[in-house]
Amino acid sequence: MSQEHNMRRVTAIRNGTVIDHIPAGQSMRVLEMLGINKGTSVPVSLVMNVPSKKMGTKDIIKVEDRELNQNELNRLALVAPDAHVAIIRAYSVAEKLTIELGDEIVNVVQCTFSNCITSNLREPLAHRLKVFSRSPLELRCHYCGRPQDLDELANNVL
Amino acid sequence: MPGLITMDDLSNEEILSILDDAERLLPVAKGDHYLPLLQGKILGNLFFEPSTRTRMSFETAMKRLGGDVVNLGDVKTSSVVKGETLFDTIQMVDGYTDIIAMRHPRQGAAQYAQDAARVPILNGGDGAGHHPTQTMLDLFTIRQAHGRLDGLKVILAGDLRYGRTVHSLSHALTRFGCELIFASPELLKMPRDIVTDLNAHGANITETEDLLSTIDTADVVYMTRIQKERFADEDEYTKVAGAYKLHASNLDGCKESMIIMHPLPRVDEIHPSVDATRHARYFEQAFNGVVARMSLLCRLLNVEVPASIGGEA
Repeated sequence: MSQEHNMRRVTAIRNGTVIDHIPAGQSMRVLEMLGINKGTSVPVSLVMNVPSKKMGTKDIIKVEDRELNQNELNRLALVAPDAHVAIIRAYSVAEKLTIELGDEIVNVVQCTFSNCITSNLREPLAHRLKVFSRSPLELRCHYCGRPQDLDELANNVL
Repeated sequence: MPGLITMDDLSNEEILSILDDAERLLPVAKGDHYLPLLQGKILGNLFFEPSTRTRMSFETAMKRLGGDVVNLGDVKTSSVVKGETLFDTIQMVDGYTDIIAMRHPRQGAAQYAQDAARVPILNGGDGAGHHPTQTMLDLFTIRQAHGRLDGLKVILAGDLRYGRTVHSLSHALTRFGCELIFASPELLKMPRDIVTDLNAHGANITETEDLLSTIDTADVVYMTRIQKERFADEDEYTKVAGAYKLHASNLDGCKESMIIMHPLPRVDEIHPSVDATRHARYFEQAFNGVVARMSLLCRLLNVEVPASIGGEA
């Protein structure tokens, strides 16, 4: 099935953001990480497990009337570092944004280990997760060194 | 200025050099020679959870070298109980002292303190995380007995899940090419992420629930305490803990040079009958805490240990 066919599964959006090349099955996690699953009134379209030449299968999300900012992209990097993000204006791709997973993620999410020193949110130093491995993604807390539970991370967005 | 948070902060060469310094400091640690290398320096002892040996040996180490010690005292009567953050506590003590030794119930607290402080932090245990100063005294004890660290066969037994001493020690032993046998009940196995890391560093690890089956080939048996509160019911604890008790009669076929170590306190995992055998090293090990920490204090405070102490070359 063609790329074009995938994109036509949901209608084209006038203004907003398209997140493509999300690993199959990860779109719900992406929505959670972006906080789009709660208290959002804008229309959101989600396509799961569609064929992809590059990935085999993938998910796609279209968010209308909302353009993702850099802080949101940093969060996206934690669950779908290879996703493609396009900002749509007047039905055309106005900007292509790149997600860059740096060596460290600072003040985006809190360590998922409950006994980490950073679980006391009154402690003022930055929350720091280090990228230990990119594929598969493994993050470790700078302070306690624990590998992060990627399923839990969405609940720990700061 | 960097302190000692995990064993990764030291290269193998630095470890050996610190152990060499410790060796030369032995007469000072024993009180046979007075060497005030750290006169005018102040150690801040910040123990946010109970400690006997670590706290006392840090204090002894500092005083044997002519330095002074200030203590946080009982956490229940300090500012901590009023809700002071670790960051604020460290800011205060950082201003009072030249170096800080710290134990904290939360994992990552030592790194956090180091990021907040200007003076070096010596991690005396952070939750189930690391305990590198214990590892240095353990390595000192092993080298004292065997004359080397590399290529030894070491059994780590008991609570490998929560025991921070075995976490730090297994990393260090792997770096020196030791063969490791992890003997523990299923519930208290070494955490998977630690095993994965050790394997990534080329570790030679065997995991077993049977402590005694390989004891005759070991050079070191490192026992730890299995805590009752880790188990859902007491029957299960009694059944499991029984398999990790050493009695002198278990040692008949062991190598003569094999040593038995324990970070202490022990409960009943090492029977008193073992104390009188040539293998028991746990009390010397506890003493070595002083000399290893003396050496670390000098290193982190940039004070050189003389090549000859008390007339000994």
